[in-house]
Amino acid sequence: MASNGSYNNDRPSSGGEPPEYSADPASGSFFHSDYKKHEDLKQMLDSNKDSLKLEAMKRIIGMVAKGRDASDLFPAVVKNVVSKNIEVKKLVYVYLVRYAEEQQDLALLSISTFQRALKDPNQLIRASALRVLSSIRVPMIVPIVMLAIKDSASDMSPYVRKTAAHAIPKLYSLDQEQKEELVHVIEKLLSDKTTLVVGSAVMAFEEVCPERIDLIHKNYRKLCNLLVDVDEWGQVIIINMLTRYARTQFTDPNADDVGEESQNKPFYDDEDDDDADEGDSEEQKKEEKTKKTYTLDHDHRLLLRNTKPLLQSRNASVVMGVAQLYHHLAPRSEVMVVAKALIRLLRSHREVQSVVLNCIASISTLRKGMFEPFLKSFFVRTSDPTHIKLLKLEILTNLATETSISVILREFQTYISSHDKEFVAAAIQAIGRCASNIKEVTDSCLNGLVSLLSNRDEAVVAESVVVIKKLLQTQPNEHKDIIIHMAKLVDFITVPQARASILWLLGEYSDRVPKIAPDVLRKMAKTFISEEDIVKLQILNLAVKLYLTNPKQTRLLCQYVFSLARYDQNYDIRDRARFLRQFIFPSAGVENSKLTKHAKKIFLATKPAPVLESKFKDREQFQLGSLSHYINARANGYHDLPAFPDAPSDSSVRDVELIVPVQETRVKKQHTVKKRSFYSESEQSSPVDEDSDEESSEEGTSEDEDSSSEEDDSSREDSESQSSDSDVRESGEEKETKANAKQKKTELKKAGKEDNNEVSEESDSGETMDDSSEEEKSDSSESSSADKKKPAAKEGPTKTVSDDSTKSVTKPKSNLDLLLELDDVPPTITPVLTPSLGGFLTPLSTHGMPITSVSIQLASPSFIPMKTTELLNKISGRGLHILSRFTRSPHLFSPAMVSIELTFTNLSSEELMDIRISQKNLPSGMSMHDFAMISVLPINATVPGTIGVDFNDSTQPVSFNITVGGHHNQVTIRAPVGELIRAVTMPEPLFITEQSKLRGMNEHNAVLNLVSSCIDQKTICQRVFEAANVASIPSTDSKSLRFAGQTLSSKSLVLVTIKILENDQANISVNCEKMVIGSMLLNEIKSYLRN
Amino acid sequence: MPPVIATPHHYLISIHRCCMFFVAVCMTEVPPLFVIEFLHRVVDTFEDYFSECTESIIKEHYVVVYELLDEMLDNGFPLATESNILKELIKPPNILRTIANTVTGKSNVSATLPSGQLSNVPWRRTGVKYTNNEAYFDVVEEVDAIIDKAGSTVFAEIQGYIDCCIKLSGMPDLTLSFMNPRLFDDVSFHPCVRFKRWESERFLSFIPPDGNFRLMSYHIGSQNIVAIPIYVRHNISFREAGGGRLDITVGPKQTIGRTVESVIIEIPMPKAVLNCSLISNQGKYSFDPVSKVLIWDVGRIDTAKLPSLRGTINLQSGAPAVESNPAINVQFIISQLAVSGLKVNRLDMYGEKYKPFKGVKYITKAGRFQIRM
Repeated sequence: MASNGSYNNDRPSSGGEPPEYSADPASGSFFHSDYKKHEDLKQMLDSNKDSLKLEAMKRIIGMVAKGRDASDLFPAVVKNVVSKNIEVKKLVYVYLVRYAEEQQDLALLSISTFQRALKDPNQLIRASALRVLSSIRVPMIVPIVMLAIKDSASDMSPYVRKTAAHAIPKLYSLDQEQKEELVHVIEKLLSDKTTLVVGSAVMAFEEVCPERIDLIHKNYRKLCNLLVDVDEWGQVIIINMLTRYARTQFTDPNADDVGEESQNKPFYDDEDDDDADEGDSEEQKKEEKTKKTYTLDHDHRLLLRNTKPLLQSRNASVVMGVAQLYHHLAPRSEVMVVAKALIRLLRSHREVQSVVLNCIASISTLRKGMFEPFLKSFFVRTSDPTHIKLLKLEILTNLATETSISVILREFQTYISSHDKEFVAAAIQAIGRCASNIKEVTDSCLNGLVSLLSNRDEAVVAESVVVIKKLLQTQPNEHKDIIIHMAKLVDFITVPQARASILWLLGEYSDRVPKIAPDVLRKMAKTFISEEDIVKLQILNLAVKLYLTNPKQTRLLCQYVFSLARYDQNYDIRDRARFLRQFIFPSAGVENSKLTKHAKKIFLATKPAPVLESKFKDREQFQLGSLSHYINARANGYHDLPAFPDAPSDSSVRDVELIVPVQETRVKKQHTVKKRSFYSESEQSSPVDEDSDEESSEEGTSEDEDSSSEEDDSSREDSESQSSDSDVRESGEEKETKANAKQKKTELKKAGKEDNNEVSEESDSGETMDDSSEEEKSDSSESSSADKKKPAAKEGPTKTVSDDSTKSVTKPKSNLDLLLELDDVPPTITPVLTPSLGGFLTPLSTHGMPITSVSIQLASPSFIPMKTTELLNKISGRGLHILSRFTRSPHLFSPAMVSIELTFTNLSSEELMDIRISQKNLPSGMSMHDFAMISVLPINATVPGTIGVDFNDSTQPVSFNITVGGHHNQVTIRAPVGELIRAVTMPEPLFITEQSKLRGMNEHNAVLNLVSSCIDQKTICQRVFEAANVASIPSTDSKSLRFAGQTLSSKSLVLVTIKILENDQANISVNCEKMVIGSMLLNEIKSYLRN
Repeated sequence: MPPVIATPHHYLISIHRCCMFFVAVCMTEVPPLFVIEFLHRVVDTFEDYFSECTESIIKEHYVVVYELLDEMLDNGFPLATESNILKELIKPPNILRTIANTVTGKSNVSATLPSGQLSNVPWRRTGVKYTNNEAYFDVVEEVDAIIDKAGSTVFAEIQGYIDCCIKLSGMPDLTLSFMNPRLFDDVSFHPCVRFKRWESERFLSFIPPDGNFRLMSYHIGSQNIVAIPIYVRHNISFREAGGGRLDITVGPKQTIGRTVESVIIEIPMPKAVLNCSLISNQGKYSFDPVSKVLIWDVGRIDTAKLPSLRGTINLQSGAPAVESNPAINVQFIISQLAVSGLKVNRLDMYGEKYKPFKGVKYITKAGRFQIRM
């Protein structure tokens, strides 16, 4: 409130002329009042009262804020640098930093105060003194600042050391001569081990001496390990620096894939034979992987591993930093991990979105597959600003492939009706690019574009014309009708660009429309004068070309056009006319010159088609995520990312013979100890998700194996690198003893610490400790050691480095998670309900289900098993005997339920009363519908009942209690995989297209020798029907039998094909999006066919 | 307006928030996101300090702004951006303190060193004390969706946040576990969360900052089917004599028995629309003839009588025919429901003796929810 008042007081004077001391004598009164006004500020500053000083300072800062000159107050202000009041002091600092450069001499007055403050016992005061001192840009004090920086760089307080690091670039910009000395300080600060300091130290390094890569070697591993705990801004700087460093030190991880392909082939040949039925791509992957483990340097791996967790940072620039690091450094197969995080950033602020989309656009030109799963995240909303829309369009176009093109084109179609004209034009261009890149859709795109020609919006038509022109060029085959159509458009379209395109097309393909072209030229000749320049040029062009092919009809027209052009106002057109004239109407005397002879060749040569490609292709030269990359121009101070060296540098330069290994073991120990004491309870109580455990155990698909082994690899390497590191660093025994000693110490320390945490209210030791580190720096020996150890010890819980122990313990679980995640994310859009909603809400048929399902119809089962299994025997059921049978009929309660018929028989000697289901123990996602309660079951009577169980497409058993007269019997039902399926029929072509969508991991194959008892197709059919509830699909191929079904819960298709081969073998393939179901069903069918 | 403008010698990086542009000027190469993220952090801090961030508020508090910027930046490099630290250095202004300061002559600037900055838990200040120890977690989920003309979902995903208000004494060490942590496609955390433990055990272990903060945000991608809690039946045409017709009905869908509240329908109309004369059976509608936006504040959806809005649209005579239909932006809130089905399992506290009061609240909202007409 006070500040508000002062602000208002200040205002009237701002209405006057800005200069405070006007030389104009007419403004004497102004001069006077201003002078007086400042006088009053000066008086306030000179007063004894802090509140007055503060008030004055606030008003002065207000003047500074509004950009008014307050430099004449400098002497009055600078006196207050000694003020005791912290706020006054701070504001004086602000003022000082602003005006010191202009008032150099006076600024010197304040220096001694800062020099004194630099020796203050309070680290905050030391730090702020250094901060202001280094911000005063007065060349005179360079030596003083240099000295202060040197002193502070070895200060006990990490905060002061951090400030020293910040001061370095300031001094460097003031005086470049000091570089050499500053580099020494930087070297010292780089070796600092506190996370507070290293970020700033690297920042100073980047500002002052980014070329001194050698300074990093020794600190490389430490920086990698500390990275997670550094503050966000430091992380960005360090990641960027390490990217550059790694580019100079390690070899290209992807170089081998391209270069040594042929060399490596024989190596893997035998392997190829072994797993011949695996897809090519998988082998390729495998190959890459084996190679990768050979080539990747340990330190390179360390960097990749330690930056990966930062993808989860809340700070977009950190995520981007890691993404560019992976993009520039990681082996091709690993870059994928960054995609998810980048997609997440798209939800952030608009500016972030713009930068990230820019980078994605650039990545997507090189790595198409990376963002393909996230295609839909780039769909455009009408509320997006135009530049975001264009970027999304660019990315969608880059990502288009044969499989996704139909979805993308459908989107593009909706975009064309947008209000945003610029966006519509871009959408049409994007269609053109898709058409030229993907041959399959060229024709349909062309048709679509032609239909746009009759759009009411002229801009749309014009853009379509331009795009069609480009497409026709790439498609040299006959498109006569399109050209005719476009020729007609000349009468309506006024957009010059489009008119020019049409004329060019007519000229180029005039031989296909020999009648129309001259007529168009006639029309154009009439309107020549009123045309735009670009159209005029094309008219000339058309005239020449027509004259060359058809001089009889067009000679006069041509002459007319050229004489009009000769007197055109635009010199370009006059020039062009003069130039073209020589070809067709050579001036007298040179009739038979070479030009005229070859004119036809010159004008009607076949021209190379334009390549429609992304405009982000050339951005690759810039480092991803950099300013230069964004503006697509070299920014000041941008350094190119160096190319990978041919040979890696010697990794021993990064070895450190310090106590680093000791520190690592110490941290590790502490971690485990801490864990045991703190978290043991939680570990037990934390729920482990086991609902789909069996899925993972069934999973034999190669991709999963890949990922899991990759994990293994990295962890193995991890341990390798660790051991090798320590080998190099120290001889074993020495290390051990040292480590032991240290360990004991830390354990002691830790015990003390825990006490603090737990009983801080009883004993004040915790607080006093903190206080001592803050203020009582004077008894240095004690507090300094405490200070140094504390950060290291405290790192424990947050430390992510080298906690092998946790990793090895939990590794299997994380692998499992990986497997499950894969399973949870099916590649197509069939409905997988989020678990909690599963039971209640079946998704509406409008979304999720593919449209094709219309022609997929439910069929009645071809075989109804009569086999019953005993659910409860009469002994344990005390006379109640229950048989169960799968009826394969849809359950009335919900179509997702498997209906099971239970037959209750009373074999006891007395009536059984009140038979019902009491307690159900269902795994999550499953649900169950009870049978109607049986109130009385007479002796030897048999009563049927039906239950419905939604197994949620898993073969996990459901167990429940059947109560008979108050007595509980636990029973368990497990459905064979064949019963989780419902028969459906569909036409054969649909079967084949659906099957082709479920290739790769979703396909399971086996070759089986048919036993003599089931050799003919009929028996095989019968057996398959027994194995699973599928329907036979009439097949045109006599050798193949096709069956179709869909899973009950998720309604994903299950397609079975049995191909009978020679010598009594049969090839069975099962395609199902649920990989587990597919593989289990295959086994089931196999076992049925064997008997 | 693109976020980066290149001039011959300077690069202007700007963000647009609270109807203001915040511009940073750079001379040399710098990752643009670094600057953008910092600017956003500055605005966040302003909002945190002044509870809102407007032009007049910034002008009013220019001294605090100066002091804040002075602490947040040093020679163009971010220094202290953690709100807990800043609040220790510079006390946020409020009327009571201003009066107290004028009476006692104390200042807003603290004389002590922010203890957090030196510890390994830089986001938490030490010596926190509360008489009532409370920890509240708000699970907020936003449904982003594009629904096409026919009502089928083109794209849907969930963006979730867990915002906390933690008022616990001392240095509590919390773990938060979920019933179904595998739901998350992608997550990002406040720096306080121990990432390794999340990776291995799938629960959040952290020493919280004091006060309000965003613990985590997560993303449930389009690979999962997202329940769409609302549907809009719409019919719009501009081609009839005497203007166009509009007919909109809103209804709930897949809400697990919860009511959909605070529904707002927003339609940016084409330029040619002059005015709308509509009748709604619930809520109020307004049409801004300048920005051409039709806003219908529906409120709560009662399943017995579905809210509808119908009537005519007056078109400018002589204007070119409207080719395309606008899109509908929908806002809604469903309380006590996390649409993804996420459930917090339990919260445990270690390191302190007292029993805190814990609370979890679930809210589902519309994010970028768009229906194409």
